[in-house]
Amino acid sequence: MGAEVAGMFANVDFWAAVLRTGTPLVFGTLGVLLCERAGVLNLGIEGIMVAGALAGWLTVYAGGSLWAGVAAAACAGLAFGLLHGLLTVGLALSQHVAGLGITLLATSLSYYAYRVGFPTSTRPPTIVPFAEMTWLPVPVLSAQTPLTLLALVLVPLLALVLARTPLGLAWRMVGENPAAAEGQGLSVLRLRIGAVATGSALMGVGGAFLTLSAFNAFYFNMVNGRGWICIALVVFAGWKPGRALAGALLFAFFDALQLRLSQAGGGVVPYQVYLMLPYLLSILALVAVARHAMAPQALMRPWRRGER
Amino acid sequence: MRLEARGRVAPGALIGAPFVAIAFTLLVTAALVAWAGAPVGRTYALIFAGGFGSRFAWSETLTRATPLILTGLAAAVAFRARLWNIGAEGQLYAGALAAVAVGGLREGTAAAWPAAVLFPAMLVAAMAAGALLLVVPTLMRTHLRVDEVVTTLLLNFVVLLFVSMMLDGPMKDPAALGWPQSVALRDDLALGKLIDRTRVHTGLVYATGAAFLLAFVMRSTTFGFEVRAAGANPRAAAFAGVPVDRTLFLVAALSGGLAGLAGAIEVAGRTGYVTLDMSPGYGYTGIAIAMLAGLHPVGVVAAALFVAGVLVGADSMSRDLAVPTYIADVIVAVALLSMLVATLFARYRLRLR
Repeated sequence: MGAEVAGMFANVDFWAAVLRTGTPLVFGTLGVLLCERAGVLNLGIEGIMVAGALAGWLTVYAGGSLWAGVAAAACAGLAFGLLHGLLTVGLALSQHVAGLGITLLATSLSYYAYRVGFPTSTRPPTIVPFAEMTWLPVPVLSAQTPLTLLALVLVPLLALVLARTPLGLAWRMVGENPAAAEGQGLSVLRLRIGAVATGSALMGVGGAFLTLSAFNAFYFNMVNGRGWICIALVVFAGWKPGRALAGALLFAFFDALQLRLSQAGGGVVPYQVYLMLPYLLSILALVAVARHAMAPQALMRPWRRGER
Repeated sequence: MRLEARGRVAPGALIGAPFVAIAFTLLVTAALVAWAGAPVGRTYALIFAGGFGSRFAWSETLTRATPLILTGLAAAVAFRARLWNIGAEGQLYAGALAAVAVGGLREGTAAAWPAAVLFPAMLVAAMAAGALLLVVPTLMRTHLRVDEVVTTLLLNFVVLLFVSMMLDGPMKDPAALGWPQSVALRDDLALGKLIDRTRVHTGLVYATGAAFLLAFVMRSTTFGFEVRAAGANPRAAAFAGVPVDRTLFLVAALSGGLAGLAGAIEVAGRTGYVTLDMSPGYGYTGIAIAMLAGLHPVGVVAAALFVAGVLVGADSMSRDLAVPTYIADVIVAVALLSMLVATLFARYRLRLR
């Protein structure tokens, strides 16, 4: 089996699969990271990804272009992000509870809308998804769609915005010390809601990757916990975009690995053990980094002006 | 825009808040029903009739409410201490599996035990399994500073895969013809019927009993006070001598235990064995129920009845009208969010400045 594993790592298809499964996680992780750097936990991600997946697919199915689908997914994410921002920032409600409520709302609304549109489809209707960029001379990248490229470009872009721009500084400031930011004349309200809305738009695009690139149809339960994984990955990444990319790819690596190992394992070990591996490793990774975790100081703390 | 605490909270405002929230929910979902092209009034009438309109409707609602009360309590007690247990779904399955592991024994010494011994042993095993699944993440939070939201969420997936593995392997029912289903619970361990010729079982008594017991514990015992103190302000509580970590540990055991009990009660009262689809998200719905109830144990019973009625009613409604059953989940989600906002406005006013 050792030789098989070594052969697998030399295989370009394997690494292409890693990048492909990692892409929605990169979008989602960047979205969570942006929200959390501004001090807001967004447990709405699981539902927002479902809404993005549906909005993107529906737009293309209705005759829009693929990029219009991506934009629609971003808008769907933005809308739910605004709602989350309004509840958790504007009204200072519990971020945990509101986030879970948003997930429930976005998921159920999406499923409801899909079933209203397609009441009795035994086989889900399909679209023509993004094509692989076979014209690219880079081996692993040439097997990806433009959305993966977009995800890869967004990582340094978000890092740059957060580290080097006044907006990024302001976002980090409301996540670390909102009182100080308010003292500087910044609007904590606007900055936090802006960050949550933008981050949620990224989550929406992450969901759309599933329907517009990875698959060609909308399925129930297709997000299947990817959003929750992103929440874990951000902690693992220490709230840094570059490490978020690394974390997402690492998770995707183990996901691709377990798939191939369970095929190679020949039924000696139950396949469920392999499926558990990525989740268990995520928990272990969290334990490993938790001691040194540098969470934004004001994360999960609702901010009420004039209250201490 | 800023929030300003109302100097005096009118008692009428707190009582009226849920009604305002429900009215808003009905308004929003009415728009969605109309969008689906169905008559709004008839849809609501059918949902209500299907959930509460007849003896059969009530029996189905009560059956559905039973596990929801327990998972709702699990969420309510944990959230009161600000222990974010999002893992009730996994804890429920762990409890169900443990119940069958004990109560499905056909050989060995324990199999010879009378039902009077094996039945409590089965419940204890289920509660222990559920509790363990929350105690570990809680210890990881208090000792290693690992956020329990993420760990309890991820454990749901691990547990479901573990259950699937057990149903394929050691706990597979050989008579199930390849259908993933566990061995059956011994017949003499099944819960009795509460109402004749319905599916309502005595698990409902356990669930409501647990709710009233928990209400008493939270209100009138030192432990209850410590839970509330640890949740309201852990630093102040620790300063006042409340053992915060130990309280969280006990809350975890209690919350996980309640979710595990929900699994055992479902097996003993309804299914008789474990399948991978025995819970359509009872653990997650329990969170919504706990929030609708304002984390109050007795309120959980009422909220669980409401949610169960909506779920059962929507199932029955969608057989007649072209409105997808997912409308039930939308109703629950909108009710939850509008309830949060309504109770906030009972205590605060919004100043636009």
